[in-house]
Amino acid sequence: MAMFIRVDVDAGVVKKTAGLAKKLIEICPVKIFGPGADADSVEVVEDNVDECTLCDLCTKASPDGVKVVKLYEE
Amino acid sequence: MRFYESEAKQLLEKHGIGVPPRVVAKTPSEAEKAASELGGSVVLKAQVLFPGSDKAATTKTADNPAGAKAAAEELLGRKFGGHAARAVLVEKKLASAKVFCVRATYDGIAKKPALIASDLGGTDLDDLADEQPDHVKRRHLSALLPPSTYRSKELAKDLGLTGSALNRMTGVVHRLAGILLDYDLTVVEVNSLAMTEDGKLIALDCHMDMEIEGRARQGKILAELGVDESEARLPREPTEFDLAGAKIDHDDPRGVAGPIVEFGGNIGLVIGAGGGSLTTFDAVKKRGGDPANYAAIGGNPSVKKCQALTKLVLGKEGVEKIAVISNVVSNTRADLLARGVIKGVIELGLEPSEVITIFRAPGAWEADAFKILKKYGVEFCDRSVSISEAAKRAVEKIGR
Repeated sequence: MAMFIRVDVDAGVVKKTAGLAKKLIEICPVKIFGPGADADSVEVVEDNVDECTLCDLCTKASPDGVKVVKLYEE
Repeated sequence: MRFYESEAKQLLEKHGIGVPPRVVAKTPSEAEKAASELGGSVVLKAQVLFPGSDKAATTKTADNPAGAKAAAEELLGRKFGGHAARAVLVEKKLASAKVFCVRATYDGIAKKPALIASDLGGTDLDDLADEQPDHVKRRHLSALLPPSTYRSKELAKDLGLTGSALNRMTGVVHRLAGILLDYDLTVVEVNSLAMTEDGKLIALDCHMDMEIEGRARQGKILAELGVDESEARLPREPTEFDLAGAKIDHDDPRGVAGPIVEFGGNIGLVIGAGGGSLTTFDAVKKRGGDPANYAAIGGNPSVKKCQALTKLVLGKEGVEKIAVISNVVSNTRADLLARGVIKGVIELGLEPSEVITIFRAPGAWEADAFKILKKYGVEFCDRSVSISEAAKRAVEKIGR
């Protein structure tokens, strides 16, 4: 269970944005996104979330679909 | 990584440095046969890498083959510093007119290769430097350029040699410098470099250590010398703790967590960064602490790697608290280290504020690290607190 980072994904945004699911899986350097139930979705790999390097590649790919939260700032 | 004397001499011979006629014998009968072939008196040396205080007992002389067999039986039948001899090096005993000592190594303070020599060979060079410093001569080599012959000649001249003796010594010193640099050695030393009656220089002994990191680059010569890849050649066999540390490093290629080495103390150390681990280890000792382990983390290890290392160290018997101390980090993220250490502590069911005595990993992403540490009530500090001071605080919390 992640203790320091939470990654929120808006499945609706990912689904309606062509190629976004594939892009998220590809760009994350620590493999936080895995393939979802279908080609237009992703799953958050909980075991990798605390490895998040805060590189913002995912949030830049989809400012509306992905949110990264630093739990230690809450 | 240490070489047996028989291997070291093989390397010297390969590079044109004189060594006595010799045979490696694995049994007393082989030693007897070798002595017979070599003729005359022989010297028998037990091939042990780390004989410790038994070093003097590793050498015997024999005047005939029967004596060599008896000596070999004795050398092969006992242990030296807890280690059995792999074989016995049987050498022809040579007469010498004078004995010198030459060492090629690195000067950690000057940060350059160094050549050190004495005209009083056969005695420990370090002791000699303390007791008779006038008889110990030094020259540094360039850290960038190939070793220059004139430096070797200067050193040889300082030993009081002239003429052909000077030229011969220059050649030996220069070759030793080349061997040091070409084979990633940390030291090559001939403690007894004998000058025979006819002026030849013969290495009667040889001590040689290779950088562990050099092994990957030196596969060719290691194979030539018959050094197996599985041979660690370290002063002691790796413990279960050491092996578990190596597995953590191996299993996750991100960053470095190693070498991890077990010690007998009570202060768990998660330390590293650009020499910071050695500095911290020494600082803890200097402050009266007793480290439970050595560690060297760096190169931006993953959270999981830091977590696993923390669990290993804290899980060691007798360790109740840890100190997380590093040099200023630039290529390692302090926040990822903080995450990993805290996760490891919590997974063991412990309280970070109680078991992490101090967290000093200033540098990249330290602001985020400090937020994490503050949230979990862990004492932390920035670069304004020295490694020495951080070690002192850790020792005070843990107790000597």
